[in-house]
Amino acid sequence: MAEIIADSTDREEDTQKGRFLTFSLGKESYGIEITYVTEIIGIQVITQIPELPDYIKGIINLRGKIIPVMDVRLRFKKEPRDYNDRTCIIVVDIKEVSIGIIVDNVSEVITITDQDITPPPQINKGMHNKYIKNIGKVGNEVKLLLDCDKLFTEDELLEVNEAL
Amino acid sequence: MSDRFTNEPMLDMFIFETTQQIEQLEHSILASDKENCYTPSAIHEIFRIMHTIKGSAAMMMYNEISSLAHKIEDIFYYLREEKPHNIDCSVLSDLVLEGIDFIKIELEKIKSNDNADGTSESLKDNLIAFLTDLKEMNNYSEADKEKQLPPVERTKYYIQQDKTLKIIYSFAYKAVIFFEEGCEMENVRAYTIIHNLKDHTNEIFYLPEEILDDDECVDIIRQKGFQIFLKIDLSYEKMHEFFMQTIFLKDLELTSLEEEEYNQLTNRNLTEATDSQIKVPNTITQKRIENEPSDHSNTQQSIISVNVAKLDKLMDLVGEMVIAEAMVIQNPDLKGLELSNFQKAARQLKKITTEIQDTVMSVRMVPLSATFHKMHRIVRDMCKKLQKDVKLEIIGEDTEVDKNIIEHISDPIMHLVRNAIDHGIESPEERSKNGKTNYGTITLEAKNVGSDVFIIVKDNGKGLKKEKILKKARENNLLYKSEADMTDKEIFHLILLPGFSTNDNVTEFSGRGVGMDVVMSNIETIGGQLSVESEVNKGTTFTLKLPLTLAIIDGMNIRVGKSCYTIPTISIKESFKPRERDIITDPDGNDMIMVRGQCYPIVRLHELYKVDTRVTQFTEGIIIMVQQEERFLCIFADELLGQQQVVVKALPKYILKMKKVKGLAGCTLLGDGSISLILEIGQLFH
Repeated sequence: MAEIIADSTDREEDTQKGRFLTFSLGKESYGIEITYVTEIIGIQVITQIPELPDYIKGIINLRGKIIPVMDVRLRFKKEPRDYNDRTCIIVVDIKEVSIGIIVDNVSEVITITDQDITPPPQINKGMHNKYIKNIGKVGNEVKLLLDCDKLFTEDELLEVNEAL
Repeated sequence: MSDRFTNEPMLDMFIFETTQQIEQLEHSILASDKENCYTPSAIHEIFRIMHTIKGSAAMMMYNEISSLAHKIEDIFYYLREEKPHNIDCSVLSDLVLEGIDFIKIELEKIKSNDNADGTSESLKDNLIAFLTDLKEMNNYSEADKEKQLPPVERTKYYIQQDKTLKIIYSFAYKAVIFFEEGCEMENVRAYTIIHNLKDHTNEIFYLPEEILDDDECVDIIRQKGFQIFLKIDLSYEKMHEFFMQTIFLKDLELTSLEEEEYNQLTNRNLTEATDSQIKVPNTITQKRIENEPSDHSNTQQSIISVNVAKLDKLMDLVGEMVIAEAMVIQNPDLKGLELSNFQKAARQLKKITTEIQDTVMSVRMVPLSATFHKMHRIVRDMCKKLQKDVKLEIIGEDTEVDKNIIEHISDPIMHLVRNAIDHGIESPEERSKNGKTNYGTITLEAKNVGSDVFIIVKDNGKGLKKEKILKKARENNLLYKSEADMTDKEIFHLILLPGFSTNDNVTEFSGRGVGMDVVMSNIETIGGQLSVESEVNKGTTFTLKLPLTLAIIDGMNIRVGKSCYTIPTISIKESFKPRERDIITDPDGNDMIMVRGQCYPIVRLHELYKVDTRVTQFTEGIIIMVQQEERFLCIFADELLGQQQVVVKALPKYILKMKKVKGLAGCTLLGDGSISLILEIGQLFH
């Protein structure tokens, strides 16, 4: 029984393997593994929560479920930008925790094969690299593939706590 | 909570049943211990429970539990059969309670998916020693035992009764099974095989015959193997496959038999076998009697058990529905329209939703009796250790509170009871010197008052000494105003502050200085309050005031800038527009307000939570005065939005993990789907 279940999840993962949802922040284009993505919604009314780092914009009501939202622009130390019609919230599910991430706009779902994926160059300065797991090549373009786990990791949390 | 789902259903069932049985067992042992004698019905019940635990633990392969239960069962079997009169009840209770504790710990391990790896060797040795002593005292010979044994276990045969149809099976086999050495409980494993086989056939004979109640057969199985003769419709391959599934199987000899051979081999067993079948009706009645509810099982009710997670989900959904209903009925599109039929239907809907809400709430309500009865055990253990004599009185155990709350108050109550015995109640000598009864009394009382539940822990011990408390507070720098100004109540409240312990010497049970403040914070997290009253030489009373439920509260919604906050109505004293001349600002920039000659501090919510708002002048906004116990605070907000029942939701885990935001208890959804943050008044004071 357990084997069958494991089997079917394997297969499910297989169909989602190598598929990425791409979105843009300013000029750069990013990709996020589609397994993590639950849904994409338009920008909503955000309730602010005090005393949190600025990139946590607050919480939203997603059909009765309350989830936090994070502005990745602020998370990546970019200039904040006003939200407009194209601004989207991508709801991701990581280790059973739902988080919304605010992006400028969502582009498409693409497949990037393993041979087109390379690790990011090793540069020791700046935190920019920290959240990029890999770099994917699609035609002439380059997609920065996000490391979802790192985006919300504990050591990051510690850092936040210390900063406050 | 969610990990409960991952356990196998069998395991879940085992844990659930065993936990229940243990509770029942503890209850009857404590009751017997109080009476200082074990009544035949109590002995019978304990024996039965131990027997069940033994069986189910062995089935799940928790051998330590099973063998321990077996030893306890032995003792009670002896008690039941021989009815000796010279039992040392308290020693026996100690032993059995220790056993229960062991099983409890193992169960916890199993629940959290750890290995149940504890050993109970010393415990078992004690039990065996106790039984031997008992037997020696009663000149009980082994020979007697043998004679007495058979009637006990026949109950097991009742499984057969629905399969008495005469079926002709096409194949006959003989199987000899050897178990791996050291796998223990061979007889139970053998029984499992037989039990499984009975699904396919009812023509089974096996050697040794009395596998479950004769311990010697374990040795026979070990040496000669477990022999099974059966007739069945399965082919040789199927049968082989079947036997190979047996756990701890070392060796299997499976042979096909001819009809005559089979008859010949089984003939000598046949007499015994029919014998056991005749006994069937007999044992069924026995079983039925056992199943009848015993009179002292008042801690259990006729209930079904539902996973709390499911109830939480249901509660959430009802909350959603209430909000959705408000969204429909108060829809802005309907404004100004004359819709009498719609209004009628809406009223009907409202009535039903309210009723559903009430019902769901009541489903979550659990009586306090289980929590209260746990205290019997603590009182008993502590009295033994501390050489004190304490009687526990329980009043109003039927009072019901939300399941969530029960989980939170169990520890605080235990702490209060321990404190009362350790610090409150004097030794018997001291008591009689002071003209009191030899035994102290601790009263545990629960009652409903309005939408609150009061839980009162009262002792008639020596009471709190004000001078001692003040001295201690001075030493630890806990005094927040001059001693002369303090009322009795305020002095007693000092003991609830962190780092305060009046007992000079640390004991096993209390007095590590991490006492009352933990109780206090535990109670505050569920929105309760704790107050202390005491009189020297008369005793001390702790009163816990708890809300009935955590899930739905009455709240006042207020607005600051664009944000909305909810204050529990229960803590609001009043709200008013302040006048300019009442407001005082001290040199440090702290705002205060004079109301009827009293001065109260003001908290500006927009400053505290850094919210943008136009309203920064006190005269433009509104002041809400809130109270937490004896302390008052004024909250400054832009405006009041109105009062409503709100469903409390926790903040997302991600945010809680990141930072515990001061003063926020959770959040809730308003009628228009927006989110409001619920303020935790207690935390705003710090």
